[in-house]
Amino acid sequence: MKTQSQSAVTEIETAPSFDVQRIREDFPILKQKVHGKPLVYLDNAATSQKPQAVIDTLTRYYVGQNANIHRGVHYLSEIATYEYEKARGKVKLFLNAADSREIIFVRGTTEGINLVKDTYGRKFIGKDDEIIISAMEHHSNIVPWQLLCEEKGAKLRVIPMNDRGELLLDEYEKLLNDRTKFISVVYVSNSLGTINPIKKIIQRAHERGIPVLVDGAQAASHLKVDVHDLDCDFFVFSGHKVFGPTGIGALYGKTKYLEQMPPYQGGGDMISSVTFEKTTYNVLPYKFEAGTPNIADVIGMGTGIDYVTGVGFEAITAYEKELLKYATEALSNIEGVRIIGTAKEKAGVISFVFGTVHAHDVGTILDQEGIAVRTGHHCTQPVMQRFGIPATARASFAFYNTIGEVDALARGLRKVKEIFGA
Amino acid sequence: MSGLNELYQELILDHNRNPRNFKKIENADKLVEGYNPLCGDHYTIYLNMDGDLIKDIGFQGAGCAISKASASMMTTAVKGVTKKEAEELFTKFHALVTRDVHDNNEANIEELGCLGALAGVAEFPARIKCASLAWHALHGALNSEGKAVVSTEDSKKD
Repeated sequence: MKTQSQSAVTEIETAPSFDVQRIREDFPILKQKVHGKPLVYLDNAATSQKPQAVIDTLTRYYVGQNANIHRGVHYLSEIATYEYEKARGKVKLFLNAADSREIIFVRGTTEGINLVKDTYGRKFIGKDDEIIISAMEHHSNIVPWQLLCEEKGAKLRVIPMNDRGELLLDEYEKLLNDRTKFISVVYVSNSLGTINPIKKIIQRAHERGIPVLVDGAQAASHLKVDVHDLDCDFFVFSGHKVFGPTGIGALYGKTKYLEQMPPYQGGGDMISSVTFEKTTYNVLPYKFEAGTPNIADVIGMGTGIDYVTGVGFEAITAYEKELLKYATEALSNIEGVRIIGTAKEKAGVISFVFGTVHAHDVGTILDQEGIAVRTGHHCTQPVMQRFGIPATARASFAFYNTIGEVDALARGLRKVKEIFGA
Repeated sequence: MSGLNELYQELILDHNRNPRNFKKIENADKLVEGYNPLCGDHYTIYLNMDGDLIKDIGFQGAGCAISKASASMMTTAVKGVTKKEAEELFTKFHALVTRDVHDNNEANIEELGCLGALAGVAEFPARIKCASLAWHALHGALNSEGKAVVSTEDSKKD
């Protein structure tokens, strides 16, 4: 390990062992310049960057392992199958699931939610039944349930939140009733950063025997996820937000639910036997994985998980907490900045509005400084409506971000002020 | 002028701060909503026509500096012109903001008057939709009866 330079990073006293400069070396994209300035990548809630190990895994697979899985007796097929199933084991450990059969590979969080909606939802939710979501859901955890409600004549109920962006648990408990058949809530909000008291939400639901799906898209890169401890019935996340490739994710489901659910898609690999009269379906998890899956990216996701667990969530959480604290103070000190989402429990996401300057203009000016932030409604239009704003700019952090990058963001915002005279 | 200074030049910032014709026209002949679902920019354009002549125009709504300044400038440019002249302006304006900045053809700014101030948008592909939103709405209004809604995503418009 190289000696730490006198960079601002050493100011983080609570995490002295965390060598962010060494970690940055693992991410080749972070070395590049954008518009002649060093890239400051603060759009990690949209997608994370990939360590060299993940990139190498994809290359190694296509150079020396590529074959179709679960159906070949030849050498390459056996290797590809072994690597693919090994990745399933990694996801199982990552989530602390009881059994690898409870891990189903999907394209991402969106497909995972849609899978549960199309299978569990269609079978077990009917007319006048109720589904509970929260006021801070991503569109991907709103629209599928709206579609199901429309199809079945069911009703969507929404847990409200306060002005800090915290869910109102009293109101949640009032929503629970005999018609409540399913609950689908986000663990960490992508637009507010709020970490929801998901365990309590699940406990209350289970007192009434109601299953709960947790949208873990933002949680999986920031927090140690433990589906056994949470006791959630379904958990979904995307590989690309956890330092893995795009187009791949995983759905965890308890065996007792997965076994009751009909298949999601029909095709190869999801069957035991097929005649024109009757098809019997394959066992878990293959019942839900029709067709040739995204083999390379499953294996790549496994490497991303290896990487992040290698860094360690204890260190990640401690470092990101300090980074968030520093960034919150730095941005709060800039006149005109109003942070949207000030929950007590937050992950590394800062959404903000800046005086009368629209988020898009903020984003364009920051981009010219090499700083990547997301601007807009972040696929959470109801959140924007709740706060009465059209859009926010959002800086979202990963463990490879530095105090120096937060300073660059603050300087960039002063430049916005200069241009707009705001 | 650097790209950023050209994009956010004083004339544009002024139209953003003090948008012209920023008004609702009661009993307008034509009313059209233009919105960009990707970013939430949303404007309503009101038109009063005298035959083919745009007698009065107003707009309301919210969005970024580029979309608001462009809408404001558009209203000053098309007030008192015919539908045909307005459509011709739109064609020229569209060509200006979507031109390839890497080829050496000089942008034809003079004939566009103050609209030429938005020439810098062409260097920011992500912002072209902001500059053209109000124009697409106007185009929709001129070619429909009464009320209409125009989205930048209807046919992936620039």
